[in-house]
This record gives sequence, structure tokens and C-alpha cells, in this order.
Amino acid sequence: MSARENILARIRGAQGKPGAEPTAADLDRVRAVIANPVTGPQPAFAHPPDLLVQFLKECDRVGTTHAQVASDEGIPAEVARYLAATGLEPRLVAWPAFAALDWASAGIAIESRPARGDDRTGLTGSTCAIAETGTTLLLSSPEQPKVTALLPETHVCIVRRSRLLGTLEEAFALVRRELGALPRSAFFVSGPSRTADIEQTMVIGAHGPYRVHVIIAP
Amino acid sequence: MFFKRRASEKLADELLQANMRKAKGKFVDARAKSVLEFGNWEPLRDYAAKLRDAALADLDAYLVEFEKNATARGSVVHWAETAEEACEIIAKIAKDNGVRKVTKSKSMVSEEVNLNERLEAAGVQVVETDLGEYILQLAHEPPSHIVAPAIHKSKEQVADLFTEAHGKPRITQIDALTREAREQLRGHFLSADMGISGSNFLVAETGTTLTVTNEGNADLVTTIPRIHCVIAGIEKVIPTLEDFACLVRLLPRSAIGQSITNYLTLTTGVKGPGDADGPEQMHIVLVDAGRTKFVGTDLQEMLRCIRCGACMNHCPVYQNIGGHAYGWVYPGPMGSVLTPVYVGIENAGDLPNAATFCGECAVACPVKIPLPDLMRKLRERQFEGHLRPWPERLGIHAWSALAVRPGLYAFAMKWAARVGSWLGGRDGLIHSLPGLDGWTKGRDMPAPSGRTFRDLYRERQGRR
Repeated sequence: MSARENILARIRGAQGKPGAEPTAADLDRVRAVIANPVTGPQPAFAHPPDLLVQFLKECDRVGTTHAQVASDEGIPAEVARYLAATGLEPRLVAWPAFAALDWASAGIAIESRPARGDDRTGLTGSTCAIAETGTTLLLSSPEQPKVTALLPETHVCIVRRSRLLGTLEEAFALVRRELGALPRSAFFVSGPSRTADIEQTMVIGAHGPYRVHVIIAP
Repeated sequence: MFFKRRASEKLADELLQANMRKAKGKFVDARAKSVLEFGNWEPLRDYAAKLRDAALADLDAYLVEFEKNATARGSVVHWAETAEEACEIIAKIAKDNGVRKVTKSKSMVSEEVNLNERLEAAGVQVVETDLGEYILQLAHEPPSHIVAPAIHKSKEQVADLFTEAHGKPRITQIDALTREAREQLRGHFLSADMGISGSNFLVAETGTTLTVTNEGNADLVTTIPRIHCVIAGIEKVIPTLEDFACLVRLLPRSAIGQSITNYLTLTTGVKGPGDADGPEQMHIVLVDAGRTKFVGTDLQEMLRCIRCGACMNHCPVYQNIGGHAYGWVYPGPMGSVLTPVYVGIENAGDLPNAATFCGECAVACPVKIPLPDLMRKLRERQFEGHLRPWPERLGIHAWSALAVRPGLYAFAMKWAARVGSWLGGRDGLIHSLPGLDGWTKGRDMPAPSGRTFRDLYRERQGRR
């Protein structure tokens, strides 16, 4: 008998179910539950009158800075302003989706490739953002390497105003609708990395970025 | 397991006591604030408890469904009945793939099965990357808390460990210590062959494993090495992503009062075609190691546990003795239920008794596990199995003989009240009780007035 058979048989025996494996009826029952996902109780602020106001409030709380631009053409200038104001060099690694913007005019050197351990600033997009918790969702794909949001000390993330949702459940529904399945990695980011492992004192910047800056574009 | 002796040592350890005093209340206050902000917390707890119960009622079917969906995405699902089996499976994966270095993010199951020791014996370098776990790896100590593993260490103690391990000038500022650990660990993240993580939940719908973290180490561990290995208890399976959304509203709030952790990382299968990052191999080891001993019993509610640590944060016993006194991986009230069942009640008999039954743990538990009730049930099992010391058993027998005979009870109480009053002397305090000096060593017992409640009641009834 394999460990799998023993474990399943033990569970069934303990719960007074016949046989050593789940029956077809058992599997049908759990598949029916899975096919009809149910949303549990949510807080009132998950459904605010203005999603953007709630999103920005939560960004402030988790330590994400933010700015808004009127069009994609405004992104390089905002990035340049942010890097200068933060005292960072005007150099980026970015997801390919943003490589075609006019970075040169903004004085920024950009490389369109996944980030490496010594890159200082990474620029990514996001699949959607969640107002309830000030969260952005990054899905992995050949054009969307996760490391770019993780290895550099500064992460700049572009959020589409039209992709701002209320809750995690809405984000999962959107992924099911648009992609059918979760990609290898679904990465929900809420602010710069942190730890309180020494004397329960919160320190920003553990193993991930020290800074997260969200730019909201149309 | 010598809980009493260890607890006494911890109470006498001044450094530990100072560190525990510093930690006291921080998590409790933060949780209270975030629960208040949330609004409809109680409906959420009720919902989550039902959700966990429903998943456990069909545990076998959800595990099979999880396995099917994970396998479809290229993950290899392994099953381990015991701690040894789990270690063997992972050691074999490492050996078969020529793994020399492993980075690990925090996993309580891996602590439970003693995975690091097994891998190191096989010549694999294991690097803990969660800051707290890294500190403890340097100190060669087990965690003392399931969320904040190094809660018992002061920054000065961390500074000493870092100075010795890193060979750099000693610093004691917490942010500088954190940066030093980041710099030390960065190279390991980039050069490891295999990453090992736990999984807060297993999503049956998608075959997804996931981590709920703040530091970003779990994300590096599960993204950069060519092999990702997940080790998780079988009770962690939940039906859908929506169920995860519900539980993750409870978990960080209950643990540390955060509305969400910095990172929620859902990993499903291996690197996709053309993907820039992600592992080529994904292994998921489903561990029993005692969990099925809860299934179908009057202790099954314990398997709802989502490992937030709220029960220990709120426990007056834990707050005073810390996690190490409990003697095994899981401390506090949840450990006092888990450990006796996992390792055998005859080996951990003091744990269900290491509680004041104040009930705080049950109130704080996000999935409404009736922890005091479960500890009481374990005490009953001990009594029935003759596993408690004879004076205690004799005492309980004597008490029950009295309690079912009202006449005898009244007679005995009358004399006990008189003798008690006499023992109290002039200041009305009993300073020592024969046979119960353990209790009176640290405190006086107020002496009875000399008359029983029944006497006084009868008198007042007559007066009306």
C-alpha cells in the first residue's frame, strides 16, 4: 500500500465512509462546490463609493507612494520626477510593454529585460489593482517576469484606472474570465517588503523592495 | 517532556523575561485595532469556521481533486505518512537533481519533520531566509512562536549572533541588522538549486500552493531556483480561490493586525513556455504525520487551524514562559492540543494542563476552534487512561464521591470552612497548605469565613 492509499483510507475510515478512495459521487460533490465559488463576508470598505479614493488610502497605509498621469506619454516624466525626488539614478529595467515609451526625452536609461540581483529600479505593469487593501496583482508570463518587481530596491508599478477593482474575489473572477486559469505565479503586492522579526519592530525593506511607487494611468 | 521543569527555568531566565515583557501586548493590540476597523468580524469568523469544517468533511475528495489539478499543471504531488517519509522524499529530490544548496522560507511543517537536519546529513547546505528563522539557524535554536519565530531574542542577542557569523563590526540598530541579513542572504537566493517553502493553503480548484508573507523571501525562494519544493499538511486544502480570499482577511489581522501581508504569492505548476522566471520542477509533499489522528474524532475542529498564532499571543501562560517551554514545535494553546496527539499524550501530558482556561484563545481564534474545550477533552483522556499522578487522581475521585452525596458534601464543607478559618489565623490568609505547597509558595490563600455558603443562604432566607 502506498502512503497515498493509506492516508486516504485512514481519513475515510475515521469519517465512517466506505472504501479506500473517494467515490465518483464524492468527487462530483466537491467539484460542484468548486464550480460555484461563494464569496464570504466582506468589509464595508471593500465596496466604497470611490474605488480610487479607497485604493490610495490603503496605499498610504501600506507605505506605497503614488501619482496619477493623464496618458501613457506622461509616464516617463513621472518616473523621472520620482527617481530624482527619491535620489535614485535615472536607470530602469522594465517589462517590454513599456519599452516603447519615450524614455530618452525624460533622461532615463531603460533596459527591457528581467531584473538581476544588482538592478536598482524595476518597472512593471499590473493585471489589476484592489482597492480594499491597496494591492496590485502581477501575473507571470514571458513578457511579465516577476523578478523585476522583487529583486530591485525600488519597484515602480503602472496601474490602469479601468482595472481598479474592489476585492480579491473580483480579481480572481477577472483572471478566470480573461485567462481561464492562473498562470505559474500570481503575485499580489501591497507595499514595500517589511519585517518585524527583531523585537516586533517594523522595518521597511526586508528581502524585497524598499520602495513601491504606483503610477495610475488611464 | 518535562514541561514543569522547563517552565520554571524560563520563569527564572531574566533575559527571556525581559524580552517577553517587551513583546507583550504588541500583537494583541494591533489585532484588536484591525478587527475593530474591519466591522463585521464575527460573521467572517463564523463563515470561515464553516468553510474549514466543510473542507475537512470531504478532506479525501478535496485532496484527490487538488492532486489532479496540480498534476495537470506539471507539479509532482507526493504523499508522506510520517515525518521520516516526508524527509526521505525531499532528500531524494535533492539527490536526484544534484542539489547542493537549498533556500528555505518559513515552514512550520518542515520544523515539525526536522527537514533541515535530514538534508544537512545528506550534504545539502540549507539556508533559512525568513529573518527570524535565519537568526535561529545561527543560534541553533528552534522557533518559539509560529509567526514570529525569534520573539524570545533581543536585538543585542541578534547583534552578537550576526557579529560572530558575518565577521562584521557589531551593530544593534534593528534596521541596520535587517539590512545586514538582506545583504548576507541575497547571494544565497540567487545561487540556490532548490527552494523549499510551506503553503498556507492548498487550493483544490487550481492545484495552487501559496505563501502569505511580508519579507519577500518566500517569493525569491519560489521563483529563482530551478526546483521548487512545497511541504504542507494535508489539512490545508480548501476548495476555491474565493475561500482563500475569505481566509486571508482573517489570517494577517489575527496574526499581527495587518489588513493584508505585503505579498500573497500563488504558485501553480512549473514555469510556462517562454517564461522568464519560475522553477522547471515543482514538487508538493502532502504530509500526514499525525493529522489523520484528529479526523473523525471529537478533536477534529483543531484541523481548522490556519496557524496565525493569535491563541499564543493572547495566552497568559505563553506570555510568561515563551514558546520553548512547551518542548516541541507548536507552542501555546494550539500546541497544547496538537502536540499530545502528534507525539502521544503519554509524552506530553502536562501540555493540556498548561492553561488557566481563561478562554482568551477561543475568543481570538479566527476559525473559532474551541481550544479550552479541546484541552479539557485531552485532560479527560489522560484521566481515563490513568496518565495523571496518583494524588491528583485520588483528589478527583474524592471530590466526585463528595459531589454526588449532598449530605456528606454539606458535612465536609462545614468542617472544611471551620478548619480553613482556623488556619487563616488573625490576618485571614492561609500561608501554606499541607500537600499543596506548590500553590501556596507563590501566593496566600484567603481563608474562608468559617461558615458555608449554604449556612449564610439559609440565614438570609429566614430573615426575609
